[in-house]
Amino acid sequence: MITLLATWTFGVTLALVALGVFVSYRLFSFPDITTDGSFTLGAVTTTVLLVAGHDPAVATLGGAAAGAAAGACTGLLHAILRIEPLLSGILVTTALSSVNLVVLGRSNVPLAGTATLLDRAEAFLLPATTAAGFGDAAAEAARLIVMLALVGIAVLLLWVFFRTNLGTAMRAGGDTATMARALGRDTGLLTVAGLAIANALTALSGALVAQVQGFADVQMGIGMVVWGMASVFLGAALVGPVRLGGALVATVAGSITFRLLVASALRAGLHPDWLKAATALVVLAALVAPRLFSRRPQASAAR
Amino acid sequence: MLDVRHATVAFSAPGGPLVRAVDDVSFQIPIGTFVVVIGTNGSGKSTLLGAIAGTVRLDAGSVHVAGHDLTAWRENRRARYIGRVFQDPRAGTAASLSVLENIAVAAARGRPVGLGWATPHRLRAEAAQRLAAIQPGLEKRLDQPIGSMSGGQRQIVALVMATWHRPELLLLDEHTAALDPASADRVVQATAKLVRDQKLTALMVTHSLEQAAGLGDRLLLVHRGKIALDVEGGAKRRLSPEDLAGRFDRLRRADQLDDAAARTLRDLYA
Repeated sequence: MITLLATWTFGVTLALVALGVFVSYRLFSFPDITTDGSFTLGAVTTTVLLVAGHDPAVATLGGAAAGAAAGACTGLLHAILRIEPLLSGILVTTALSSVNLVVLGRSNVPLAGTATLLDRAEAFLLPATTAAGFGDAAAEAARLIVMLALVGIAVLLLWVFFRTNLGTAMRAGGDTATMARALGRDTGLLTVAGLAIANALTALSGALVAQVQGFADVQMGIGMVVWGMASVFLGAALVGPVRLGGALVATVAGSITFRLLVASALRAGLHPDWLKAATALVVLAALVAPRLFSRRPQASAAR
Repeated sequence: MLDVRHATVAFSAPGGPLVRAVDDVSFQIPIGTFVVVIGTNGSGKSTLLGAIAGTVRLDAGSVHVAGHDLTAWRENRRARYIGRVFQDPRAGTAASLSVLENIAVAAARGRPVGLGWATPHRLRAEAAQRLAAIQPGLEKRLDQPIGSMSGGQRQIVALVMATWHRPELLLLDEHTAALDPASADRVVQATAKLVRDQKLTALMVTHSLEQAAGLGDRLLLVHRGKIALDVEGGAKRRLSPEDLAGRFDRLRRADQLDDAAARTLRDLYA
């Protein structure tokens, strides 16, 4: 029970990465490698702020803000210096590996004895989950509820934002830059804003994962962009072509499903060392499958 | 009102000679005039249109719209005064957005965007009314992704988008060239109606001699980066597609003579 709940909690927390990748890759067609670096950046920034005694909410938002700045850097490299998307992300994420190490001071910092957002939420929800009969798993259930609530809020905010004038202009610019420019939008700036949002979500995920697992590690972001893509593709495959709101919910569902698949694979005997390779294979399959199974040319579904 | 003065755009292929795609072109379009531009392939008409829209930089000269000097303005800033419809409907509309969302982006053309709701009921009602007026039936498809519509329907919506706020200048870049004949006819009719109703100043580039002869108050024929023919009024109305075809033939023959002369000179001096 506890393990299953913990698996869910992780899947839900990482859904924020998937939402970030949804914004950068689906809305802006920008394969954003910054994801790997900004996930770690969110974790280390929040950890350092927590250890320094800051309020957990402030520390968590600080991590997200750092991620937004990293995403904006990648966007500016692309929009102003005309560096191609992949290379912009590689440059920023490479620089971030130094930044992360400097911020954290060493490669691994535990959060034992530091009050985290999770502790606070547990204290608040534990009576309720205990009363609901979760028994030993009451604490884990409380964590899961908090994460579900946070991700729910994120989905709602994203849905609202991308239906405002600014958000709609961003989607238009990401979809068809010629159209957005002809209608007066600065597509470079819109991309910068989009990547800032995407990486804020990713860094928020990193900040929360550090608090869930109780430590930050400078390696923890490796492979996150592929994880996010796997979740986005899996979510899209689960629900088919839907509009914005459906696609956001599908992305969260994709992340949880993917986490459960990974947990089952590990239980069935997959060696953890093979995890990233397996993730890459899932993404490859998701990229190739539509071409194999669809008779029509690739539809722009689920945006 | 569009005022193009001494516009020049030069390209040079690596190691090749400098080619003036647009060569010291000047012309004015008074308010409310519908001008049709035709030209041979590589004549410079697309480059000229790009220089007005802001996608091509002028090497010399200037572009004024409604009294504003846009020469140094970027493409997206020029959208304050210029509405555009592209040749490819996929370039002028965002496929994954609904028809109404596309219109919402157009309703903010050239204005700052904020966090207001993009598709309020007021916009929906007005969009339905404007679409129904131009092609009945389209108003029922406001919530469909525009990518699911045919090219012709998309171009009609693109026209409504470009003219949602009356532009000081409407640029139409061969906007029926990618369509089947029946759709092209509908788009041409919609164009004529919008230009007439809103008394637009418009510049339309076309490959179709029928459109060139049948539409507009004035015709510019661009050849080798220069305006080779500029007719309006009665002379424009009397032009037939056959006249234009004849003019093209003469220009092409003259080109071949030029090329032959150039070859002879090269052979002599090489």
